Amino acid sequence: MVAADLQILLPEIVLSVYAMIALLAGVYTVKDRAAPMLVWATAALMALLAFWIATGPSGTEAAFDGAFVSDGFARFSKVVILLAAAAVLLISQDYMARRDILRFEYPILVGLAVVGMMVMVSAGDLIVLYMGLELQSLALYVVATLRRDSVRSTEAGLKYFILGALSSGLLLYGASLTYGYAGTTLFTGIVAAAEDGVSLGLLFGLVFLITGFAFKVSAAPFHMWTPDVYEGAPTPVTAFLATAPKMAAMALFARVVHDAFGGVVGDWQQIVAFLSVVSMFLGAIAAIGQRNIKRLMAYSSIAHMGFALMGLAAGTAFGVQAMLVYMAIYVTMNVGTFAFILSMERDGKPVTEIDALQMYSTREPLKALAMLILMFSLAGVPPLVGFFGKLYVLRAAYEGGLAWLAVAGVIASVIGAFYYLRIVYFMYFGEEREAVETRMPPVVWGALMASAGIMLFGVVNLFGIEPLAAAAAATLVD
Amino acid sequence: MENLLSLTTFFPLVGAAILAIFLRGDDAEAQRNAKWVAMGTTLATFIISLFILFDFDPQDTGFQFVEEREWLLGLTYRMGVDGISVLFVMLTTFLMPLVIAACWDVTHRVKEYMIAFLVLETLMLGVFMALDLVLFYLFFEAGLIPMFLIIGIWGGKERIYASFKFFLYTFLGSVLMLVAMVAMFVDAGTTDIPTLMGHNFGSETFSLLGIQIIGGMQTLLWLAFFASFAVKMPMWPVHTWLPDAHVQAPTAGSVVLAAILLKMGGYGFLRFSLPMFPVASDLLAPLVLWLSAIAIVYTSLVALVQTDMKKLIAYSSVAHMGFVTMGIFAINQQGLDGAIFQMLSHGFISGALFLCVGVIYDRMHTREIDAYGGLVNRMPAYALIFMLFTMANVGLPGTSGFVGEFLTLVGVFQVNTWVAAVAATGVILSAGYALWLYRRVVMGDLIKESLKSISDMTKREKAIFAPLVVATLLLGVYPALITDIIGPSVEALVSQVEVAVAEHETATMVAEVQE
Repeated sequence: MVAADLQILLPEIVLSVYAMIALLAGVYTVKDRAAPMLVWATAALMALLAFWIATGPSGTEAAFDGAFVSDGFARFSKVVILLAAAAVLLISQDYMARRDILRFEYPILVGLAVVGMMVMVSAGDLIVLYMGLELQSLALYVVATLRRDSVRSTEAGLKYFILGALSSGLLLYGASLTYGYAGTTLFTGIVAAAEDGVSLGLLFGLVFLITGFAFKVSAAPFHMWTPDVYEGAPTPVTAFLATAPKMAAMALFARVVHDAFGGVVGDWQQIVAFLSVVSMFLGAIAAIGQRNIKRLMAYSSIAHMGFALMGLAAGTAFGVQAMLVYMAIYVTMNVGTFAFILSMERDGKPVTEIDALQMYSTREPLKALAMLILMFSLAGVPPLVGFFGKLYVLRAAYEGGLAWLAVAGVIASVIGAFYYLRIVYFMYFGEEREAVETRMPPVVWGALMASAGIMLFGVVNLFGIEPLAAAAAATLVD
Repeated sequence: MENLLSLTTFFPLVGAAILAIFLRGDDAEAQRNAKWVAMGTTLATFIISLFILFDFDPQDTGFQFVEEREWLLGLTYRMGVDGISVLFVMLTTFLMPLVIAACWDVTHRVKEYMIAFLVLETLMLGVFMALDLVLFYLFFEAGLIPMFLIIGIWGGKERIYASFKFFLYTFLGSVLMLVAMVAMFVDAGTTDIPTLMGHNFGSETFSLLGIQIIGGMQTLLWLAFFASFAVKMPMWPVHTWLPDAHVQAPTAGSVVLAAILLKMGGYGFLRFSLPMFPVASDLLAPLVLWLSAIAIVYTSLVALVQTDMKKLIAYSSVAHMGFVTMGIFAINQQGLDGAIFQMLSHGFISGALFLCVGVIYDRMHTREIDAYGGLVNRMPAYALIFMLFTMANVGLPGTSGFVGEFLTLVGVFQVNTWVAAVAATGVILSAGYALWLYRRVVMGDLIKESLKSISDMTKREKAIFAPLVVATLLLGVYPALITDIIGPSVEALVSQVEVAVAEHETATMVAEVQE
């Protein structure tokens, strides 16, 4: 029996065993010299696992009496997480090596965080959920402080840790309340307990759980840590924070509200809709004043989480599908954008001021064009793929009876368009200033171009992601 | 040729791709090549589009040359033209080579400039051919990107303000339309435009947040579409982006903006508002009529006091678009015929007027009216052409401008005499500002030192104006060229709206009797 259960967990086991072996090898023998090799190996392993999971058996399997679920939804999320993490590892190598912060722990910690995320999206039980979440978070706290001699980076890590711990506490409190009133930590049991209405205690549990998730996806009003952590952490880590963990937390969010509280959509729908609308507007308005591109991307990600939550708020299978498509698109856009931000430097020092990009297009027309495409895609202007993400969630919200949310969302997206346009404006029609250099090794260049290319050519059929997301959503919501 | 429409639409994009991939360097040679590739592409597109016109059957009021392909999210890639859209396609393909010719003297980032215009042409053509809501929206919105760059990169001093205002203003208008489209998609279960035209959107009054919405869902959808198209047209009071955009845009950009982009709003009213929400259109027509009448008089008065030539013509454009919206919402044969005619004719005339400003701007680098005077002494050919288009703008009989204004006024007179009376004063005012502009710029003695050495139009400039002159005069004396093509489709549209409105009234009466 246990053997069969472990079979289901095999991808997670492979990755964690690899991480531990690599850690031992790193500590006792090779040390930081092996870091570049480890980065490649970890990325390759992740890509391999993604391929394995994608082509593996379909259907729903549950391990350990339903505490760990491997269904279409989990597999879709895992593939996105693994690919995003692999891409971020690859683009960060050169940056870290040149700034002397490429330690061998970095790929290993990222690997462990990914294991945590994979457990999160497969969780069928509150305890498994918490285990995955903490494994992910602890690894992330450490990578955020990777630049140990920098006050900024340490501050970011500390803030992230304290607020993260607070949110974990809230979540745990919610979980304990849920357990107390439902009598079980299994999602299937909670659904049964909530069948005829949610008791007050259970409702409290639900609210605290959602609060915890809102922290993790950085939805307003629980977003405060995001800009500081994004700004302070080394850029590759920021890129990582903005992609894979967001996907994982969003998937976990969907998993809990649908699997554990799927019978009482009305009870959480309004909370999620509220989080969504506040995030969209806060992300759009607060980013206007930002001069630092990393802070700007932080607010941008808050706004995008608002849109993804809009899909979730619909409370339907289509809503989950919309959320998955939106997140996959969001992750792809962010990998490309951060590939560019990583390479911004002047005299070898990283630059994050937006106006350093003045007239960038005259020096690097191709890279500027790629950024232009990404910025318009982030703003949600057709024909770029970002628009289709918005279209999906708008339709989901409207079908779910949240027309007001759809209207609010599009208005926020117009406000948000302003700051993306401003980046384009600096690149294309600013004034000539001291140039910013963007030295890109082939991998980073490839990531930027691939991301922009996907945004441009995805208009044909979104690279077939739609049926996959639909199938994934169908396994989560009956 | 079953892919004729797609071929026409995407041919400019192919040209743009060729420029982007194969053209290297930025010397004079490369710049010349870029211009010739762009010119060749737009000319070829025009020739291809002629096949559409020749094979088009005006008596068939349905969509012709229809193409269909599966797309994502249950959407379809569907293209087609009918009597209303085919001439807008022709207008676009006809004007684009002239636009390219008008930017022949540009030396700043020529390759990108040409690519922007070619991409823009594809998107504009797509707008007029799309038969799927989302496909339409895609083309409609995507056009903002190249135009934003055209104004921003190649524009005047205040170009940054103007480009942001242009983008955000139109974007805000359009996103509400997007929500409405989603609502229609959910309500009707399809985004197919011909099907939606036959779909009956709910028109029963309901209350929302305590407000009684007369006309029900149709009114809400209509308002959302109106927000987008009214900004695009632009209608008073949401026209303020246009003067800024026009003044700051380079000449060729202004021409495209005035001649083609503004027409998308009018086309949208004809394609969506009238056939899909007939009850709401009927209900809200008086609002549009009065807004148009105000627009005509108000913007004409504003045009009178402008000191910048481009701004004057921009305000005149708003006034002329007022005639278009007025004609459309008269909802009768003359009004609609006149509105479409006015849009096409305004495409030639306003385009030509912006080119006229461009001619002297290229020489003197100012658009201030005060900087000119007495140009007739040094530029007789220019004076002649400028006069012709000034007269056409005024609406002199014999030019195409007259036909459009006259027909729309006739149409409106049958519906609302007061609006027609107010709007008719706009004709007089337009004569006022246009002739006064002409007098100050062209007539009188040439006393300004700086103008003493100004040269007349070159052969290239004359060649650009020639087709526009021919079109303006030809349509002025023989308007049947256009009305024959649009007539049957317009008739079908009018009767469709009338039937729907009558049905709604009967239903309301029956409901009242039953109570």
